[in-house]
Amino acid sequence: MSKFGRFLAASALMGAFATSAMAEKSFDYAFQGSLKSLDPYTLRETFTLGILTNVYEGLIKRGPNLEILPGLADSWEVIEPTRWRFHLRKGVKFHNGNDFTAEDVVFSAERLNSEGSDMKGRVPSDATFEIVDDYTVDFILASPNPILHYEWELWSIIDKDWAETNDSVRVTSASDTAETPISMMANGTGPFKITEHTAGVNTKFEANENWWNWENREFNIDKVNFTSISADATRVAALLSGEMDMVYPVPTQDIKRINSSSTLAALTGPELRTIFLGMDQRRDELLNSSVKGKNPFKDIRVRQAFFHAINAEAISSRIMRKQAAPSALMISPFLFDNADQFERLAYDPDKAKALLTEAGYPDGFEIRIDCPNDRYVNDESICQAVAAMMAKVGIKVNVNAQPKAQYFAKILASGGYETSFYLLGWTPGSLDSHNIFANLYGCRDDAGKGGMFNIGGYCNPEVDALAKEILVENDAAKRLDLVTQAYKIVTDEVGYLPLHQQGLAWGVSKDVSVAQRADNVLRFEHITKN
Amino acid sequence: MPMNKETGRKMSLIVRILDSDIWYSFTRSKVTMIAALITFLIFASALFAPIISPHNPFDLASLSLMDSLLPPAWSAEGDPNYLLGTDDQGRDVLSTILYGSRISLAVGLVSVAFAAVLGITLGLIAGYMGGRVDAIIMRIADVQLSFPAILIALLIAGTVNALADGMDRERSAFTVLIISIGLSFWVQYARTVRSSTLVERNKEYVQAARLIGLHPFLIMLRHVLPNVMGPVLVIATINLALAVITEATLSFLGVGIPGTQPSLGTMIRTGNDFLFSGEWWITLFPGAMLAILVLAVNLLGDWLRDALNPKLR
Repeated sequence: MSKFGRFLAASALMGAFATSAMAEKSFDYAFQGSLKSLDPYTLRETFTLGILTNVYEGLIKRGPNLEILPGLADSWEVIEPTRWRFHLRKGVKFHNGNDFTAEDVVFSAERLNSEGSDMKGRVPSDATFEIVDDYTVDFILASPNPILHYEWELWSIIDKDWAETNDSVRVTSASDTAETPISMMANGTGPFKITEHTAGVNTKFEANENWWNWENREFNIDKVNFTSISADATRVAALLSGEMDMVYPVPTQDIKRINSSSTLAALTGPELRTIFLGMDQRRDELLNSSVKGKNPFKDIRVRQAFFHAINAEAISSRIMRKQAAPSALMISPFLFDNADQFERLAYDPDKAKALLTEAGYPDGFEIRIDCPNDRYVNDESICQAVAAMMAKVGIKVNVNAQPKAQYFAKILASGGYETSFYLLGWTPGSLDSHNIFANLYGCRDDAGKGGMFNIGGYCNPEVDALAKEILVENDAAKRLDLVTQAYKIVTDEVGYLPLHQQGLAWGVSKDVSVAQRADNVLRFEHITKN
Repeated sequence: MPMNKETGRKMSLIVRILDSDIWYSFTRSKVTMIAALITFLIFASALFAPIISPHNPFDLASLSLMDSLLPPAWSAEGDPNYLLGTDDQGRDVLSTILYGSRISLAVGLVSVAFAAVLGITLGLIAGYMGGRVDAIIMRIADVQLSFPAILIALLIAGTVNALADGMDRERSAFTVLIISIGLSFWVQYARTVRSSTLVERNKEYVQAARLIGLHPFLIMLRHVLPNVMGPVLVIATINLALAVITEATLSFLGVGIPGTQPSLGTMIRTGNDFLFSGEWWITLFPGAMLAILVLAVNLLGDWLRDALNPKLR
């Protein structure tokens, strides 16, 4: 008798008695990317941090609408502008049974800023900590920061004793080749425990009955199996065949196919990530360009011409199949209240040509665009479409599309910003504009000190000064005004060419219900299954 | 008179061809004639693609994103301008197939020529020289034969693309493909030529040539080579089909021709993403074209092998 046959026979015998034991519910899902190290400080990538916060938890939490909720901290207060007090939740236990106390918070904060961590700065590196008692901890800052805790949902708190006994005090860095204990097992406080992990392939989770919020839990699943499926067509096939309860992202072209099925639905919505093109405004001569001895992007007319040449409406309606919203700003309108005061420069090839002629390039020029081909929704297709649109105004764009590992290694600070024209996506981790001005618009030097992700090297000291003011401004109306001023400057100067906010698309079986968050993070604790 | 002599020689060549065994077996096989016709048509349409194709898919300025993903002309939403529909960038599928088969065939022909020249040279040297030279060359060949050709091509193309990072892929892809396909196919030629050379080198005419003091290089080139060309021709024909398939596979895997100037394999890769969403034409037509081309060339190769095989006469 086959294994399955035996199982059937056994269940038939026990059916009447064992209904509650039989009701174990497992949720299987697949994502495009993979989960390598389980150390929550190894990689600053939304997916990795997001999946790990089902196991580990932060001091704060964010709900389905990204509203800030108490997490491991019950409440907090700003005693002085530079002193924050966090009251920790009592009775919380790590998966191994250890108590969660203030010591663990301080240990995690110090580990976060230690060598090899990709999360540095999520707690200001010049902050100091004071343990008031076991369940109260003070953060003393060098300068006021009203949004200190905004990014802390994805800052996982680690058990100090466990890390010390398991040789995991040192952070597993992304370039480490050897496995470390904390990269292969996890000990958090969260609603799920990891039972099995094969790096880069699949990970199995089990509900944690000792979770502090177990009595009020919303989920009814007992097990979660995560598998990484990078090929679009294979991922969709796994959902269509019923092998998976959910897959994401669903390629834009397959949304209709999934919606037409009676057992599946595609959940779509706007994501907070902005996709944009960046231009090198720092080098004196562009890389891989026909223009020698000068940098056309230093001329604002050339940047405006590029903006006018791009038909963002066509990209979002045809390539993204309406699963994207064209954007005038480098931030999602959901994160900035005055976004409606800004408009994209109109699509106008004739004007673009006129501006290029005026700038001294009547016949255009040649340049290479660097582009990932497995990071954002339809990234390579967007670059190809941009090349076609640029060809119409006389600019010959050569598309160099690469897998994200090679792409990021080259264009980021560690690769010496080796690009002069590139496509990138950005979600502000704090869900706040200050992150944009600090990371994407802040002046930087060649080593990347300053605006670390400002690859094109846009620089305006006025914007830097405004960013500093924005950070310490506590009055909401004044702050919004400062933010608006800063966006006004950077959009007038065409520091970047924003394209759109890409859409989220999750393919979900109608048997399950999930909460889709605008930052594309899947929280197991909101999953229910029939 | 020179004119007459010329026409006379031409006449005699045609007569010789029409009178030959090969022509006889060609005219007796309907399948072969159809395969030859199809091959000829595909080659011709690829060669004259710039003249006969309705659009130029490589001219980026002529593409319109608003015309993307149109179905073939005969379906309800089709546009008569685009007979076989358009792909995700608004390229006309028919024109792209014509231009794409041009690239596929060019890669196939040049890489086969490259593999043949390399294989024949090494095979001649190994067979004629013998000894240590022979041993070294043939051991390298044996080692390489233990890997599938596609794996070697993938290895070379992948490595070159990763190493030469600053390189312009649109320009280098063609060369990289030819080298990687050529290097993965030379062994067959080398083995065949070597074994024929081993037989030929002991025949009287070669010994005579050696006696009168001809340079070994000349003996190999003028006397041995013409007598070992028969089997080489057969291998080359069959390898052309294989090379086209290998190019398509490499492009499908993303290490071949980049998306801005698609070959048949690149088109199939692009179209593959649209299979579930109902845009079947992007992948079906280039796929069918590839299948027909490879089948036709293979049939020709099979026929040639039988026709040139003395045991089957």
